[in-house]
Formats: sequence, C-alpha cells, structure tokens
Amino acid sequence: MYPSRFRYEAPRSLDEARALLTRFGDEAKILAGGQSLVPLLKLRFAAPELLVDINNIPGLDHHREDADGTLRIGALCRHVSLERSALLPGRHPLMASAAPLIADPIVRNRGTLVGSLCHSDPQGDWASVLLALGGSIVALGPSGRRTIPASEFSLGPFQNALLPGEIAIEAVVPAAQGHVSGSYLKLERRVGDFATAGVAVALEMSGDTVTRAGIALTGVGPSNIAATAAEQALTGRALTTDTIDEAAELAAAAAQPRSDHRGSAAYKRHVVATFVRRGLQRQEVGAAA
Amino acid sequence: MSYGQSSVVREVGVDERRITVTVNGEKRVVEVEPRLLLAHLLREGLALTGTHLGCDTTSCGACTVLVDGTPVKSCTMLAVQADGHEITTVEGLGTPSELDPVQEGFSREHALQCGFCTPGMMLTSHALLESNPDPSEEEVRWAISGNLCRCTGYQNIVKAVLWAAEKKSGGVS
Amino acid sequence: MTAVDEVKIGGMGASRRRVEDARFVRGRGNYVDDIKLPGMLHMEVLRSPLAHATITSIDTSKAWEIPGVRLVLTGEMMAQRNLAWMPTLSYDTQAVLATDKVRFQGQEVCVVIADDPYIAKDGCEAIVVDYEPLPPVVNPLQSRAADAPIIRDDKEGQTDNTCYRWEVGDRAATDRAFATADVVSKLKLHYPRSHPSPIECCGAVADYNPATQKLSVFMTTQAPHIIRAAFALVTELPEHMIRIISPDIGGGFGNKVPVYPGYVAATLASILLGKPVKWIEDKTGNLISTGFGRDMYLDGEMALRSDGKILAVRMHADTDQGAFFSDAQPSKFKIGLMHSAFACYDVGAGHITAQGHYTNKAPGGVAYRCSFRVTEAMFFQERMMQAAAVDLGMDQAEFRRRNLLHDDAFPARTPFGFLVDSGQYGKCLQIGLDAIGYDQFKIDQAEARTRGRRLGIGISTMTEPLGAGNSREYDILGIKMFDSAELRVHMTGKAILRVGAKSQGQGHETTWGQIVAHELGIPAADVIVEEGDTDTAPFGMGTYASRSTPVAGAAIAMVSRKIRAKARKLAAHLLEVSEEDVEWELGRFYVRGAPERGATIQECAMAAYSNMPDGMEPGLENNAYYDPPNLTWPFACYIATVEVDPATGVWDVLRVVAVDDCGVRINPMIVEGQIMGGLTEAYAAASMQFQTYDADGNIVGSNYMDYLLPTAWETPGFELHEVVTPCPHHPLGAKGVGECATVGGPAAFVNAVHDALSDTGVRNIDMPLLPDRVWQAVQDGQDVSGMPPVRSDA
Repeated sequence: MYPSRFRYEAPRSLDEARALLTRFGDEAKILAGGQSLVPLLKLRFAAPELLVDINNIPGLDHHREDADGTLRIGALCRHVSLERSALLPGRHPLMASAAPLIADPIVRNRGTLVGSLCHSDPQGDWASVLLALGGSIVALGPSGRRTIPASEFSLGPFQNALLPGEIAIEAVVPAAQGHVSGSYLKLERRVGDFATAGVAVALEMSGDTVTRAGIALTGVGPSNIAATAAEQALTGRALTTDTIDEAAELAAAAAQPRSDHRGSAAYKRHVVATFVRRGLQRQEVGAAA
Repeated sequence: MSYGQSSVVREVGVDERRITVTVNGEKRVVEVEPRLLLAHLLREGLALTGTHLGCDTTSCGACTVLVDGTPVKSCTMLAVQADGHEITTVEGLGTPSELDPVQEGFSREHALQCGFCTPGMMLTSHALLESNPDPSEEEVRWAISGNLCRCTGYQNIVKAVLWAAEKKSGGVS
Repeated sequence: MTAVDEVKIGGMGASRRRVEDARFVRGRGNYVDDIKLPGMLHMEVLRSPLAHATITSIDTSKAWEIPGVRLVLTGEMMAQRNLAWMPTLSYDTQAVLATDKVRFQGQEVCVVIADDPYIAKDGCEAIVVDYEPLPPVVNPLQSRAADAPIIRDDKEGQTDNTCYRWEVGDRAATDRAFATADVVSKLKLHYPRSHPSPIECCGAVADYNPATQKLSVFMTTQAPHIIRAAFALVTELPEHMIRIISPDIGGGFGNKVPVYPGYVAATLASILLGKPVKWIEDKTGNLISTGFGRDMYLDGEMALRSDGKILAVRMHADTDQGAFFSDAQPSKFKIGLMHSAFACYDVGAGHITAQGHYTNKAPGGVAYRCSFRVTEAMFFQERMMQAAAVDLGMDQAEFRRRNLLHDDAFPARTPFGFLVDSGQYGKCLQIGLDAIGYDQFKIDQAEARTRGRRLGIGISTMTEPLGAGNSREYDILGIKMFDSAELRVHMTGKAILRVGAKSQGQGHETTWGQIVAHELGIPAADVIVEEGDTDTAPFGMGTYASRSTPVAGAAIAMVSRKIRAKARKLAAHLLEVSEEDVEWELGRFYVRGAPERGATIQECAMAAYSNMPDGMEPGLENNAYYDPPNLTWPFACYIATVEVDPATGVWDVLRVVAVDDCGVRINPMIVEGQIMGGLTEAYAAASMQFQTYDADGNIVGSNYMDYLLPTAWETPGFELHEVVTPCPHHPLGAKGVGECATVGGPAAFVNAVHDALSDTGVRNIDMPLLPDRVWQAVQDGQDVSGMPPVRSDA
C-alpha cells in the first residue's frame, strides 16, 4: 500500500522524456495510465529509481485513422476512449468488442492500451487484439523511431522488446481489406478479473472467402499467442463447420496453458477451442447477413 | 507535505515538490513526496477522510474520486499527478444544506449499510448520471462494476441511482 | 388526545430511513483510519513469507537506522513483557509476534513504528529474517499423517496435530435407525475456506497516556467489551483503566470479533513510546492472517424409508483450523452450533462427530456471517436433502415437504438437543415454490433439455439458531452471552440509549430507536443511540451470530418497560389517581374511565426531574441485562434457477426467490437489506469466493485480484417474500435475520447447478462452482471434490 521512494519527473515533451530515459536506462519506468504500474509500486513488487510520467506530454492521447485506413492509438489513449469511440464500431469490430472487457470501468478511465501492451502481462487482453490484427508498436529511442511488430513485442511475462531508453508512443493497426469482422471472447470469473482464457478473432473476407484471419489467445501461455496455424487454415477458404472446427482445434493446439486456480490446462485449452468456434460462428452469421 | 504532517512543521530531508490542486472547488498548494498516493494526500494531508481505502490492488473502488469529472481510483494515482487538476471527493458532493440527488437516493433506497464503499460508489454514480442522465438498470450495474460493496447486494444501489436520475430530470420532488 | 401513531413516530414496522446515512453519504463517518491523534505514530507489520519454518535470526539494525523509525518490536521483545503469546477465544494460544517458528504464511514476525506508514513499511523491508524451512501441512489429511510434523510443538503435551474432538447425539439410536433403512443416502463434501472480507480491514489506534496510565484503544471490533476483558487479562492493566472504543466499522461479518496480534502490538508500542500508535492492516494482511470461515470436510449419510421419511442422520466433520484454534464461539461447542443441522426436519435420530486439525494455514474458523459453523451445517443439510431426493427418485420439493416439521410440532426437541420453538415451514416453502413457478419451471426445464439447454432449480430450506445465549449453555471465555441496554430519558422527553451490541452496518442507531418508540411512544428521532465505547456502554457481548435483535433488542424492550413502569407512577402522581387506575396507550397514560385525562410520556419525563412524588428517586433512567430463554429460530426458503452452459461450465443465475420468516420485523427496509446482502455472499460462496493453499503453503486468495467478491454485474436480482411467525419468547416477537441468507443461500445455487446436471451422473461438485469444475464434471460424468487447485486433497 505504500510505495518505496523514487524520483519523479513529468516531462513536457517526448524529447525531454527521451533524455531522461537515456540518462537512467533500466532504472527508469514510464508512467502512463499507471493502472498496472502503481499497484506494483504499492505492493513493492517494483521499485524503480525514476518514474517518468508522460501524462503531461501533448499529442499522445489520440486514436485516429490515417487516410489509408491505418489506425493509430497514442500512448495516452485511455481504454475508455476506445470503449466510447465512434470510430471503432463497424470499422474495427474486434477492438470495439475488446475495449469494454478490459479491467473494470474505473480502471478503464485511466489505463492505456499502449501501457497495457508494454506491461506484457500474458493475461493482458490488448496484446491478443493487436496480434490478431497484425498490429505493431512504434518506439522512440536514442536512435530514433522504429516499428516493432506485435508478434515480436512481448518477450515473455512482463518483458517487452523495448530497449533501454526507448519509449512506446503508438500502437498501429493496419488497414483492413474487404468485409471486416471480429470479436474478443473472454472468460473471466467476474468483471475486472484477468482472463481465464481469451480469444481474439479478426477476419477479412472477400465474398465467402477468408482473405485474412487473425486469431490470438490470452492467458494460455507465457505470452499472448498468435494461433498462426489456425489462421492459415482459414485463409483462402470459406467459413464452414469443417473449417471452423479445424481452426478451433489448431488454435487449441497452439495454446500452452497451465493448470492453476482459474482452471486446469485441459479446460483452458477446451475454452480456447470453444471460443474460436464461437467467434468464427459469429462472423459466419455476420458474413451471411 | 509528508504523510499526514502539516506543511508548516515538517522534518527536512525528503524530496518534495509543490503542486497546485483544486479540491472540491478550493485551490490548494501543497508539497508532496513523489511516492505519496493521491488517496493519502486527500485523507491525511487535506483531512478529507470520506475517501476510503479498501484494498491494495486497485480492485475495490472505495477510494474512487473524480479527477476532472472522471472517476479514478485515488489509490492508483500519485498525488503529484494531480498537479493542475480538479478533484471532487464525497465531501464535495452536494452542499452542506442540500444533498446531491445521488446522496439522497442512497439514503432513501437504503443503498448503504456499513457506509465504507459508499463515497466511491456515489462518485461513480454521480459521474454516470453526468454522462448518461437516463441510464437503464443494466447500464447502472455496468458502470458501478468497478466498485465493490460487501453489504447491500447492489440491488438498492441500482435503485438509488435510478431514483437520482429521475430526481435530476425533475421526475420526483 | 389519543395514542401517538406508531408508524409516524418511527416505531416497530416502520421502514424508517437510517440515522447513520446522514453522515455516511456525506463522507463524515468516523472509521478507525479516520482517527488522528496528536503525535500519532504508525505501525506496519512484517509477515512471514513461509508457511512453516524455524526462525534462526532476526536482524533489525538496518530498520532502526531509517530516519523516522521510532520502534521495532520482535517476538523476543514481546516475550520480555510476557506478550509473545495471547489467549484465543477458544482456549488456545496464538503467537502475537513469532519467537520460535512461523506456522503460517503471513504470520506476524516484527512490527515497525514510524512517523508515517511509508517509513514504517521501509523499516519492515530493512529487517532481515533468516528462516530454516520446515515441511508445511496444508490440509487435514496431511495433518493426520503419522509422519506429520507437530505444528504446535509450543504446547505442552501436544503429540499430534489434533486440535479438538467433539461428539453429539445418540450413536446407538442412530445405528438402530440405519439398520432399518430402505435406502441409505451418502454425501461427502468440502466447504471451502472463505474470508468474511469486509471492505474495511482491521485496525486500531492505541493511545496509552503515561500521565493518567489509562489506555484507550480505538479498534475495529464487533465486541468491544470482550476485547476489554481480554486486554485486561493479556496486558495486566486494570480493567477500569482500559477503554475500548469501536467507532464506525466498515463491515465485520465475523472477521472483527477475535483479538489480533496487530491490536496487541500497537498497544504495547503505545505503552513503550507514550504516544498514540495507529495500525491499519492492508488487504493482504487482512486476507492472509485474520479470521477466515469454513474450511470443513463433511462426510455423512441419511437413513431413509422408501416413502421418503427420514429415519436418521449421521455425519463426521473435519475442520482445518490453521495454526491456532481461534474460532470465536461459545466455549462448550467446539464446532460451534454444527449440531443445529437438520433442525427444521423431523429426522428421528442423529449422531455427529467432529475433529479439528492444526495446519500451517492462517488461524480462524470465525463465525463468518453465521451463528458459529451453522453455515456448513445447513449447507451439508440441504445438499444431503437433494442427494437423498435424487436417490429416492422423489421430487426435491415434495421430499422436503414430507420431512419439514409441521406447524403443530412446536416446540420440538431435535436429536441434538435444541428446542425449536416456532415456524410455518410448509407455508414458507409453498410461497417460494409459487413465486418461482416451480411446476412450470419443471415443464420448461424438460422442454429446454430437448434442445440441449441445461436449466436447473435449487431449493434450500432451513431454520437457524440465532441469538446466543441463554447463559446456561453459552459463554465465551466464561463470560455469559447475555446483552444489555441503558436508557436515560431527559427532562424534555428526549433520550439517550446505550447498548452493549455494536453495529457494523446493521443500522442499530435506527432500529434501536424504533424499539423505544414502540415501547414508550417517544419518537424514534428523539432517541440517540450510542454503542461501542466500553466507558459508556453497558457490558455486552457484541454483535455477531445475528444476536443483536434477539438479545440486545430484547434488552432495549425490557429497559423501556422499566422506564414505563416508573413513568406510570409519575403519571399517577400528575393525574392525582392511584397507579392502579392508570392505563397505557402508546405515548400516554390516562385515567381509566376518563381517557381525556392523561399525561404523555414527555410530561412524565418532565415530572421525573421537576415534580416527582415524595419519596421517589428523581430521574428517569434504567438498565436491563437480558438473558434469553432460548435461541430464536428464523426459517427461510431460498430458491434459485440457473442455466448452465455445458460447453464452458459457465452458469448464470436466472432468478432468486427468498422467503424469510424472521418473526416480527422492526424495520422491514433494513431487514430486506440484510437479506439481500446475505444472498450476495451466498452467491459469492457458490460461484467464486474461496481461499486455498498450494503444496508449499502459499495462499491463493491473498488480495482482491484472486479473492473475488461479486460486482453489481454478476450479482443476480432478488425477489423477497415474507412470512411472520412471532418468536414466542422474544419480547417483541423478533428473531435474528442478518445471516440466514448467507447460511441457507449457497445450497440453493449449488443445488440448482446440480439439478441442471441431473442426467450426467454428477452427484457433487465442491464449491466454488467455478466454470472449469462444472465443465470437468460434465465432461467426465464424475464428481469434482476438494479445493482448487488442489483437486484431491482429502
């Protein structure tokens, strides 16, 4: 309940932030929404020397589309903005369906998508969404900007691919083609709980044919898992009972769950299959409509 | 201001910084240690003990206050981060002579028992009605799902918020 | 001039708005953490990371070096003052700060007192403790093993991990009945460890004044007078120099009855430093070290005649007590009122055995929103009833109907010795069945099954013994379980009422005034109620086990009647007639035969100070100590309907109907609030709320991310109904109610889920019915037992 002592800086620009990060390296932690970091500080599971609070840096709270349809989500875009976004429903159905399932309503008022990605909790929901959508993270570091694919961003539980001195400034979701559908299915014991298992499903279709499939899994491995074999099994094919079952089984096979108090490994694997099936069946209905 | 100490008399040696925060409409200039949680600034530094602390993990919502009108768990925000912002606590709901409709609804519908979660619950409800003056029961239940109550079973809280919505719209007197 | 209107003055039966709310909705409550005294210091506790280990060394030197740290206490320092151990409420001892070894994860090892809690926490972090790990014992099975380490090697003569053995009933008669049975139904289950978990944690501000030598302790306690007695014994301070003040309490549910090490350590720190010391527990500390509830393994059977008549019941209970036997319960009953099981049914004969086990887990076994272990009793009872109905092939409502005590059976002596005195059980059940639409549901259920949907309905009916004592049978630490009230009517007819109970959200300040209004006609708003300060309140046993209304409420009625008796004399004096010629109607005495000649209770009060008859002692005040002749026996019927998703094991509650007969309701609004709160905790127990330990003794459920309380989103809506059978012995006809729904509710949800799975061969899934366990059961067609994640732990 009472954090250890730390130094605190609240830079007004990304350049200032970058300078602080360069100086303090690993000893610095970035504070955005703080809904994961501050609890860790309170429990003294984290004790950084310096907190770099980026909340006063202008121009980071956006989520918007470029002219080509690329979606950009700034480092200070709160979950609640995505939940209430007029932009997401229809054009970004998976994001729209995941946003209300993040944590609880009060946490969503402050927590950020980019912060959640950086936290790299294998039970985090957004990382699955980004994986399914083929998204990426833009990092700003001493040597400038680089784009890190979501699939390479998480290195394991609570470890991300940012280098010392780097700051994640934006999440990017590429423009989708054709008919877009998607949903996030989360089994939680209660509102605000972490996922026992979660499944993100994103589809792009041309007529009856799946042109791109994204399926990613939450809470069933050391990181969020892209179910690439399941994605491939759908690509170029129609959604039928057979292809859906095949994808569900492949996704379940890709899961690496562990038994814990939320459920047995077998159960979690089963939920993954069930949710992939349900997620795809939903799109099937949507596509027919 | 160190934890609970007045800024007039305090021992030196701690890295503190001066912040300006408007609390319940009143501008306050205080010095805080960076690690001080907003909840502790309010409770100890500013003696606004209506904001309660019920957990260590940002789960219970008892400490919910409004930051620029938005419900935030004040145990999960540093006091320094409140610099330049407006905070509303339960003490800022209503006036000494007149209760906010949410406060009145909570009492009228028996939406509280031990009273510990009540301030956070009311502030969340108040913010809901500001953005959605005519919520459904489902919308109320969803909006307060980040605030835990151990006593009431929520049914009367929902009734209280719906009562307050009606009162605000002039439906009840 | 006529009698006052009882509803208008906020008397019995009025849904009077709560007095307490005026401060709570303004954030002006006064909880322990809100108390700030001049010069106050702050205490934090260093806890053991290990479940079982010998302490080889403690180095506190680095902590002392931190600026702002004022005191570091270790077990050794406590021992120098004979305070390293303290008595529990169950005649055991409990370590205040560990000296020899730690016996559960989270046990208190050191405390640090500093200028603020941040610094105190820094101090805790700077302490270095070396441990030599010992093998942990995490369940009764391990505890009983021949090679199990002796956890309580501090106790002389303790040669195993048995904490107590207990037995009740008639073994021979039960055996005879089983020998004649057509069907014997069996059930084995585990009621998981659960924590009462009020949102407010425990805490204290200890304030020892070296000048006056008086100790004042503001404390989160449901029973301040018991604490004062315990403190007098532990600290050796004279009892009159100890003042325990229980301010507003943010929920208790049984968690705030015991004495905790933090209270004792903060008190010693204040004595040593001569300054006030505040200790506010964090949530983890509360969940991992303070009184849990349940954690009981039950194995029983029921002898049945083929027509559905119950002939006898037999059960054995193993309780997991943790490292110290610190149940807060009447001393004669080692497993609380477990033997109230089956009290609402005519079961013929019965026999219960029980054994308590020490383990390397947090101590407790407190009465978590229940009257001492009756939750486990009633849960087993109602699960057994369903299992027996299934075995007999009989409808579960009909099976209950056949065995419930009939209205003409009262008073009825149970096979375990209780005297159940009143009720209309059949009527309650029928109201519940009608409200839920039982027959139609059965039709809908069958139809839904044909389409692959699994609906279920669960019934739970029970009577619960609430309101301990009487004093013949009930005491805690030898103190008899009566309660008390003291009423002082001022000259203008306003009054102050002081009571030995202590509200933690039950609304005593509101309802107590209503009793005075009912008895004296003084408007409830003219009565201020005070509780919780041992210097001013009369001696009482506190509030838990739904005993406030049955015992303290009765004391309030009795003291009001004493006041009325004196007021009658005053009225006779004012009216210049003899006392025999004075009649009473609410709020007013009048002359028999001349009703227009009267004196109001307020006029009598004025006379008590300004115009009393010669020879009468001035003033209008009195007290009453009430020793109830029996427990009160409320009855409840809870019915839930659910739908189970067999693909995920997720189950949703469709409807919940509650029919409560708690006798006469003083404030119906508050009663309903209690019932809904209780139903929510019942739903929590059935669905998500539990604590468990891994093989190393690490607790799962140490914070609100893992110890789940339901939110407004999951919590179902409740449909409440009532039946009123007045308690025959309570002066107001009232019975206890606060806990009925927590006690009886879980079985309704659990039975409903099992009903939905009735064709799968699954007989029992242990709580909580987490989706994975339900799915697993459906998948395998087999029972799922034990606690997650340990799936076969007994």
